[in-house]
Amino acid sequence: MREHPRVGVVTFPGSLDDRDALRAVGAMGGVGVPLWHAERELRDVDAVILPGGFSYGDYLRCGAIARFAPIMEEVVRFAAAGRPVVGICNGFQILCEAGMLPGALIRNRSLRFICRVVDVRVETSLTPLTEGLTAGDVLQIPVKHGEGQFIASGEDLARIEGDGLVAFRYCAPDGTIDDAHNVNGAANAIAGVRSDAGNVVGLMPHPEHAVDPDVGPTGGQPLIASLLSRALARV
Amino acid sequence: MIAVEEPLHRALGLTDDEYERIVATLGREPNRNELAMYGVMWSEHCSYKSSRVYLRTLPTEGSAVLVGPGQDAGVVDVGDGLAVAFKMESHSHPSAIEPYQGAATGIGGIVRDIISMGARPIALLDPLYFGSLTQHRNRWLLEGVVAGIGGYGNCIGVPTVGGEIRFAEPHSLNPTINVMCVGIAPRERLVTSSSRQVHEGSIIVLFGASTGRDGIGGVSVLASRTLEEGSEESRPSVQIGDPFAGKLLIEASLELAERDLLEGLQDLGGAGLTCATSESASRAGMGAEIDLDAVPLRADDLEVFEILTSESQERMLAIVEPSKVDEVLDVCAKWGLATAVLGTMVPGDGLRITMGGTVVAEVPARSLADEGPVYDRAVAAPEGLAALHDDDPTFATVTVDPREAFLAVLGSPNVASMRTVWEQYDSLVQGGTVLGPGGDAALVRIEGTVKALALSTDAKGRFGHLDPYLGAAHAVAEAARNVAMTGARPVAITNCLNFGNPERPEVMWQFAESIRGMADACRALGTPVTGGNVSFYNESGDSAIWPTPTIGMLGLLQDHRLAVRMAFSAGRSLYLLGETFPELGGSEFAEVALGKVSGRPPDLDLAREAALHGLIAEAAGADLLSSAHDCGDGGLAVTLAESAIAGGTGFAISLPGDVPWYVTLFSESASRAVVSVTTEDAAALEALAVDHGVPFARIGETGGPRLVFDTLFEVDLADATELSEGAIPRLLAG
Repeated sequence: MREHPRVGVVTFPGSLDDRDALRAVGAMGGVGVPLWHAERELRDVDAVILPGGFSYGDYLRCGAIARFAPIMEEVVRFAAAGRPVVGICNGFQILCEAGMLPGALIRNRSLRFICRVVDVRVETSLTPLTEGLTAGDVLQIPVKHGEGQFIASGEDLARIEGDGLVAFRYCAPDGTIDDAHNVNGAANAIAGVRSDAGNVVGLMPHPEHAVDPDVGPTGGQPLIASLLSRALARV
Repeated sequence: MIAVEEPLHRALGLTDDEYERIVATLGREPNRNELAMYGVMWSEHCSYKSSRVYLRTLPTEGSAVLVGPGQDAGVVDVGDGLAVAFKMESHSHPSAIEPYQGAATGIGGIVRDIISMGARPIALLDPLYFGSLTQHRNRWLLEGVVAGIGGYGNCIGVPTVGGEIRFAEPHSLNPTINVMCVGIAPRERLVTSSSRQVHEGSIIVLFGASTGRDGIGGVSVLASRTLEEGSEESRPSVQIGDPFAGKLLIEASLELAERDLLEGLQDLGGAGLTCATSESASRAGMGAEIDLDAVPLRADDLEVFEILTSESQERMLAIVEPSKVDEVLDVCAKWGLATAVLGTMVPGDGLRITMGGTVVAEVPARSLADEGPVYDRAVAAPEGLAALHDDDPTFATVTVDPREAFLAVLGSPNVASMRTVWEQYDSLVQGGTVLGPGGDAALVRIEGTVKALALSTDAKGRFGHLDPYLGAAHAVAEAARNVAMTGARPVAITNCLNFGNPERPEVMWQFAESIRGMADACRALGTPVTGGNVSFYNESGDSAIWPTPTIGMLGLLQDHRLAVRMAFSAGRSLYLLGETFPELGGSEFAEVALGKVSGRPPDLDLAREAALHGLIAEAAGADLLSSAHDCGDGGLAVTLAESAIAGGTGFAISLPGDVPWYVTLFSESASRAVVSVTTEDAAALEALAVDHGVPFARIGETGGPRLVFDTLFEVDLADATELSEGAIPRLLAG
C-alpha cells in the first residue's frame, strides 16, 4: 500500500482550477499528478479529479466538448472499474454530459455568475468525498459559476432522490434547506450528486478552494481527506 | 463614416501638419497603406502626443523598479528572485458603445500586456466610473461592463480581486472603464528589451487568433476622438473578445518564456500588427521585413491596410532565434494556436511590408513608434472654479438631521457595498486571494513565499473637479493608505489618466495640474510611476468627464499571516489616527446631504500621510492591530460603519463637544484611519503613534448590535447592513 495516494487532475484547454486542485491534494498529504486531455494515460493514479474552469471555452454547452477528449475514454474505464472520480464545477458538468452522472446544469436562476462562500450539507457518506462524514454535516465552501443550477426531469429527479444519489445540498448555516440559501436555484437545492455505484461524484462547490485557512474557509478539508483515504484503500 | 470630399489623412485622424510631416519623413507622398499606419500610430492613443511633455516630469526611478514606463508594463523587484509586472489601461470608448465587448476586450488587452513581459497574470482590478443609476442607460452600461469583465476574466482563470465603482453625472455619456492587471515571474524569465537581445536575422512569428475586419481604427476613430450623437455607428470599431483563446494565449506565451525560446514578445492590441512590428523593431534598434501573405485571415478579401491595422484580439508577436522556431511552433500547436512566420529582423530601421511579392509599405520603424508628433498644448484654468471654491459647504448652514444624513451617506451609491457587482467576478481562482474585493486593498499571496502583494485602485473625481492638483495627489495618498491598512508598504504605482479633449486649454490645464499633483505625491510617498495609460477625448458635446487620474498602487506585505483586516471584533478599543479638520469641500456628505459639489478639497500634508503609513506598518508587524480601515469617502462615520458591517459587530463612540457633529462624522480630512486594539495593546499603540508623530484619539469601543454615535443617534447594525448591501441591487432593479 502506498503511503501517499496519487490523485490525477486533468487539464483540458480552458481548465482553470487545475493547479488549485493539485495544490489542495498536496496540502492534504496526497501527490497531485497532472494529466493532459490529449493523452490516454492516467499515470497510475488512485483517483481522478476533473477540475473547474471553462474547458474548450464552454462552447456548445459546458462540458459538452470535453467529454470527447481522448483522456475521457480512460476516465470512463477507470470509473467502470469502481475507482474514485470527482468532478468539480466544470468537471461536474463534464460528468453529466458524459452520462456518468444524472441530471444537467443550466444557467443560475439569477442569470449571473456568482462567486460566494456558501453552506453545503452532506447528504450521504456513500461517495469518495464523504466517507469520513455524516449526513447532515454542514461545510463552508465557495461556489463560483454561471451555470450551476442543477436540473433533472421529474422522473429522473424522483429516482435521484429515491436512490439516495444526492450528495450535497445548499443550506442555511444550521443545515436547514430553504430557498434563500439555494444560491443558484438548483432543483431541491442539489449541489452535488453521485453515481449509482457511488464511486463517481460531482459537485458545484469548490472543495479545493476551501483547504487553506489563510485564503478562505476550510470546509473542503474533510472532503479532500476522505478522497485521499478512499484512494489509498483501493490497493 | 468617410465623407467623399474629405482628404484621406483627415478621415484617418491625421491633421494637415501631421500629413506634411509624414511627407517630409518619407521624402515622398505616403501610399494609402502607409497613411493608415501613421494614422493609427500617431493617434493620441498610441503616440501620447498631447501628454508626453508632462509624463516626462513624473518620478519613475526607485530601487525596486526594474522596468519603468515605455514598455508593455512596469516591473518591480519583490525579492526572492521574483518580479511583479503591472499595468492599467482604459477601455472607455469601446465600452460606451458596446459595454460587454468593450469591457471584455479591455481585460484581454491588459492581460496580454502582462504576458508580454513573460509574467503570469495573478490579479485583475477594475475601477469603473458611471453616471447615475437612476438612468436606465447607465444601468445598462454598468450591467454590460460588469458582465463583460466577468465573462472574460472568469474564463481565463485570473482572479478579479478589487477595483472601485463611483458615480458622477459627467460619466453618463462617457463611462470611464479602467482595468489593471498584475503578474509575477522569476526575474530571469522576464522578457524585456533590456533582458533579451534581439539579433539580426531573428524570425518574427505571429501566433494566436486569425486576423479579421474587427477593430479597424479602434485607436484612432474611437479612442482619440470624442463620442458624438450616432456613435453607435462606430460599433464595427469595437473588437470582439474570445476568452478561451485568451487563456490558451496565456499558457502558450508563458511556456515559451519558461522554455527560454524568446528574444522578444509583444501583444497585438491597439493599432494591431503595425504597432507590434514597428515597436518591436524600433525597440531593438533594427528594421523588419514582413510578409503579409503569411497572416491567417478570417476573410480573404481583407485589404492590406485592414490587415495592418486590424485590432482582432488574442494575437501575439514573438521574435525568435532561427534555431528555435520549430520548438516555438510546437508549443503553440500543443495549445491549439495558429502560427505564422511573418518575417525577419534586419539591419537598418526600415519596416518593409510585402504582399503577393510587392512592397505595399516601407517606412522607418522609429518614425511610427517613437517619432510621432509631440504637442505642448495651450493650458488655461477653467472659468467658474473660483465661484465653486467660494461656495464651500464647510461653512454652509446645516439643518439636516444627523441620523438621516448618516443613512443617506451610507446608502449613497458611492459608499454602499458593491457586493452585488464583485460577486460576479471569480476572486478565488489561483488560490492566493488572502483579501478579496470589498476592503481597503486586496491581498494576493506570492506563491512559494509568505509575502503578499497589496493592491488598490483609486481616483478622487469630486476633488479633481474642484482642484485637479489635489485630486491627483489625494488619489495617490488614498491608494497608498489603502495598501498600508493591510500592513503593507506602498512600493510603486501605475496609472490611467482619464480626461476630456486635450485640444481644449481647460482640459489640458486639468491634465497638467493632475500630473503635478501625482508627481509630488509619488515623490513624497516613495512610490515611483512605472507606467500607465492616457485616455483623452472622454467628452461629448461640451460635457467632459471630471479629471480622473486613476492610481493603481502596488504594495508589499512581508508576511501575509500578519495581514490586517478592516472587520471589527467585539470588545476592542477604537482609535482614530490622524487629525480631523473642518473640510467638507467635495465630500460625500456635502453632495448627498447638502446637494453641493463645491468648495475646496481637503488639504494634504504628505509627510503626515507617510507617517500614518509607517505607523500602521509597524503596528501590524508587531501584531498589535485587530482592525484597520482608512477614512475616505463619507469620512469617519462611514469608516466605522463599514468595519462594523464587515465584522458583524457594532460600536459606541463619543463625540467631541466643541466640534460640529457633521465635521467629526463626515469631514474627509486626509491621512486618517480607524484602528482597533485589545485593551492590553492600547498603550503600545499609543506609544508607537507618539514615536511616529501621528495624532491619535481613543474614541470608543467595539461590540453590541448597534452603531452608537454618542447621544446623537444610533442605528441597528442589521439595518445598516441591509442599507449598505441593498442599495445597489435596488438601484439596478430600476
